[in-house]
Amino acid sequence: MKKKSTNKREVLTGWIHSLESFGSVDGPGVRYVIFFSGCAMRCRFCHNPDTWRQRAGTPYTADELLQKAVRYRPYWGNNGGITASGGEPLLQIDFLTELFQKAKAQGIHTVLDTSGSSYTKEEPFFGKFQKLMQYTDLVLLDIKHIDEICHRELTGQSNQNILELARDLSDRNKPIWIRHVLVPEHSDEDIWLLQLREFLDTLKSVERVEVLPYHTLGVYKWKELGMEYPLEGIEPPSKERIENANRILKTGKK
Amino acid sequence: MAHFEQWTGFTGRNWKDSVDVRNFIQSNYTPYEGNEVFLEGPTEATNQLWNRLQELQRAERANGGVLDMETEVVSGLTVYGPGYLDEKLKEKEAIVGLQTDQPLKRAFMPYGGIAMAEKACTTHGYQPSEKLHEIFTQYHKTHNQGVFDIYTPEMKKARHNKIITGLPDTYGRGRIVGDYRRVALYGIDFLITRKQYDFDRFARHGMNGTDFRLREEIADQIRALKEIKEMAQLYGFDISAPAKNAKEAVQWLYFGYLAAIKTQNGAAMSVGRISTFLDIYLERDLKNGVLTESQAQELIDHLVMKFRMVKFARVPSYNELFSGDPVWATLSVAGLGQDGRSMVTKTDYRFLHTLENMGPSPEPNLTVLYSSRLPENFKNYAALISVKTSSIQYENDDVMRPVWGDDYSICCCVSATETGKEIQFFGARANLAKCLLYAINGGIDVKTKEQVGPAYRPITSEYLDYEEVMERYDAMMDWLSKLYVDTLNMIHYMHDKYNYEAAEMALIDTDVRRTFATGIAGFSHVVDSLSAIKYAKVRVIRDKDGLAVDFDTQGEFPRYGNDDDRVDELAVRLLKMFMHKLKKCHTYRNSEPTTSILTITSNVVYGKATGTLPNGRKAGEPLSPGANPSYGAEKNGLLSSLNSVAKLPYELALDGISNTQTISPDTLGSMDEERKKNLVRVLDGYFDKGAHHLNVNVFGVEKLINAMEHPEKPEYANFTIRVSGYAVKFIDLTREQQMDVISRTCHGGM
Repeated sequence: MKKKSTNKREVLTGWIHSLESFGSVDGPGVRYVIFFSGCAMRCRFCHNPDTWRQRAGTPYTADELLQKAVRYRPYWGNNGGITASGGEPLLQIDFLTELFQKAKAQGIHTVLDTSGSSYTKEEPFFGKFQKLMQYTDLVLLDIKHIDEICHRELTGQSNQNILELARDLSDRNKPIWIRHVLVPEHSDEDIWLLQLREFLDTLKSVERVEVLPYHTLGVYKWKELGMEYPLEGIEPPSKERIENANRILKTGKK
Repeated sequence: MAHFEQWTGFTGRNWKDSVDVRNFIQSNYTPYEGNEVFLEGPTEATNQLWNRLQELQRAERANGGVLDMETEVVSGLTVYGPGYLDEKLKEKEAIVGLQTDQPLKRAFMPYGGIAMAEKACTTHGYQPSEKLHEIFTQYHKTHNQGVFDIYTPEMKKARHNKIITGLPDTYGRGRIVGDYRRVALYGIDFLITRKQYDFDRFARHGMNGTDFRLREEIADQIRALKEIKEMAQLYGFDISAPAKNAKEAVQWLYFGYLAAIKTQNGAAMSVGRISTFLDIYLERDLKNGVLTESQAQELIDHLVMKFRMVKFARVPSYNELFSGDPVWATLSVAGLGQDGRSMVTKTDYRFLHTLENMGPSPEPNLTVLYSSRLPENFKNYAALISVKTSSIQYENDDVMRPVWGDDYSICCCVSATETGKEIQFFGARANLAKCLLYAINGGIDVKTKEQVGPAYRPITSEYLDYEEVMERYDAMMDWLSKLYVDTLNMIHYMHDKYNYEAAEMALIDTDVRRTFATGIAGFSHVVDSLSAIKYAKVRVIRDKDGLAVDFDTQGEFPRYGNDDDRVDELAVRLLKMFMHKLKKCHTYRNSEPTTSILTITSNVVYGKATGTLPNGRKAGEPLSPGANPSYGAEKNGLLSSLNSVAKLPYELALDGISNTQTISPDTLGSMDEERKKNLVRVLDGYFDKGAHHLNVNVFGVEKLINAMEHPEKPEYANFTIRVSGYAVKFIDLTREQQMDVISRTCHGGM
């Protein structure tokens, strides 16, 4: 969306779902998290389905967001900063790039939390993505499932471009934290975890692998939105399964 | 210059000339920058004693919250022979001394008010002595009676309607911290000669009433010092001379504190700032090879165990205000010196380590005097202990040091006083939320329909106009502040007269400075209500008598707790308004008026007495505690909320601005190592912004609910949470308060 600024020049704005002043699990240290509106994926375990709609929420300019964010700078220490999350920030890549570019100009550490679903090597996206990467310090990349068929079933989308994004980031030597949501009966079987680990072994810039245990705290949001919850009846994974997934994904051993 | 062989190895001069513990500390302490690896676990003796104490605590709980009570003897320094945690284990007690003859037995303290002392007994099924009743009703007046003799009808009405509330007229005022270190450093005899010198110094021609009062007080102090010596003698110790080693230093210091808790049942009986001081003795012995680290830790563990045993007989109305049997044995650690050196020593670690050696505990009320410039290692360790035990509070040394110097103590839950140089007249709270309703209703209380405040013109318009409300509020607050201060003046006059703290004052300079500590209740609700009136439309709903009993607030308005300057400025304005009015009043003994925004657990009781407010809070609902934003007001997470509170200038509320936050472990980070570091970031950022205080709880709401439903589970026996300014065992709160804590927990949704 374009918004008229006071000097009549058109200024980019982004649609923002919400803002969180204290993010501590969205990249290193303490972070100001900007939740972008809109996501193309329809993950059956999604705990933020309220962020799916595009062009919803509140429009902000990059400057407005940064003015808010820097109020928290004293809390960031030497490793905190801002994280763009969502929703899927890449759906608003022009705005995102402006935001990160301006953040870097102020010396703020930038993290992109993405599912990668809108990644493609085709133009015009790819050129924009290359520019975005100049201003991105770290990418948190969700790999929901390593297997194409299962991935489609779980998220409604192919995983091929997501894995391609992972390889692209690796080729650029861009630091990556891989995140994997552990959903019982869907993505926690050893065979898939081992396969995912094999894939990760081919990447050279993975700094960290995080297992995010599936939880049901977002179920109420589906109901509020009048939607049926597709994973009804599935319980969060047991402690043993979480440990198992961590072991496999971090060491490659069962 | 005095000289004692017990001082061998200590350097410096000033502290030898006159009583000057600060100078002794600055001349002799060893800052410690390392980490916690040197710490030792509990000794066999510590485990045995702690297990015994836990048994007693369980028995106390099973017995309805009181293990035993005195009914025949008026508490005093020498009325009991020696008492031990356990007769069979007494050889293992490195530090000794009980308030009465039995552990956890509550003393009979009638000087504050005989009726309360008796009620405390009868509430728990004990029958106090008739003889004592006769003495304290027919032959000796008490503080409580003195106060009620002179209250005006207006004061009684305001008190009854709870617009001024929680007043220390039915319980001891507390908040006076003797400099208990003096007993260890100088011994009692030296202190007596100094007080004798003061007594002579204040003899002059043309003396008047205030001179007589001072001479009588010094005479009482000297008598108390002599009795403290006798009290120690009963335990087999001669404390007339300075302590010669670490064990004696800890014991001597504890005797000083024991004297305070044998003679006073104040609402807060703080220990003060003792870690850096004791470290000097521990270091000397360690260096001389006469003490091991394990023995050093044992001394601290056993001292802390004693602080965990302090008990007072309380009446139900007190427990409603201050739930969970607190005594505020507040013990402050860390901080920086005026010269910029960190005052963190190994003993600061040892005190925090007691929470690992003996598990979490509400007492002593451990307070870290925080600065982002403290050694990283120490900050990390304190944060780790917070994550593990939720038993620590943090206060900003960087805002307190410029006001109180580098040897202040926290004297109640969060307020600072310069140790040994200063005392505080505790003044509970004025309910500014009720005052707002009085302004709207022309001084009539919506709950009782009584004309309590002056019958100023009420607001009669359908919609509230911000300028009009502020004008009326200003006038009503003028009335309230004057009445409030007048009431407190009477209370403290009578407390001095009938319940004077001779043993504590004996360990404080004769030329003492005094602060007059008022307080505010209902802060965030007033701020949000003013914001609603200013930025939204507030329609008044009146009952048949024309009283505003409800409000229909239409439209959005900014709420305090979101780092939104529009409303946060109203918060600062409110505080400034109240403080300026207090400064216009004459305060008892030329004390310096201060104010606080802290409410302990009394927010629940205060809320019951407060009608519906324009911010949407319904009549009877709890007020939010301290300076916390109202429940549900925060929309942008923890740091936004902290930023709002941090905007309140400490210099306008020198008595403290308390903020309690609960963070679920998962929100703080995915591993303890990260949680600890992230918590340090939060503390650094918050305090660098000039905030004053933060209570940190780290647990999820599930744990609270489970503990409420299953208080009998052993893992909840010592489950400690931080509430506005103090720590409390969660299972000791009333169900209502538990629900209140749950409803405002916590930061950590998705």
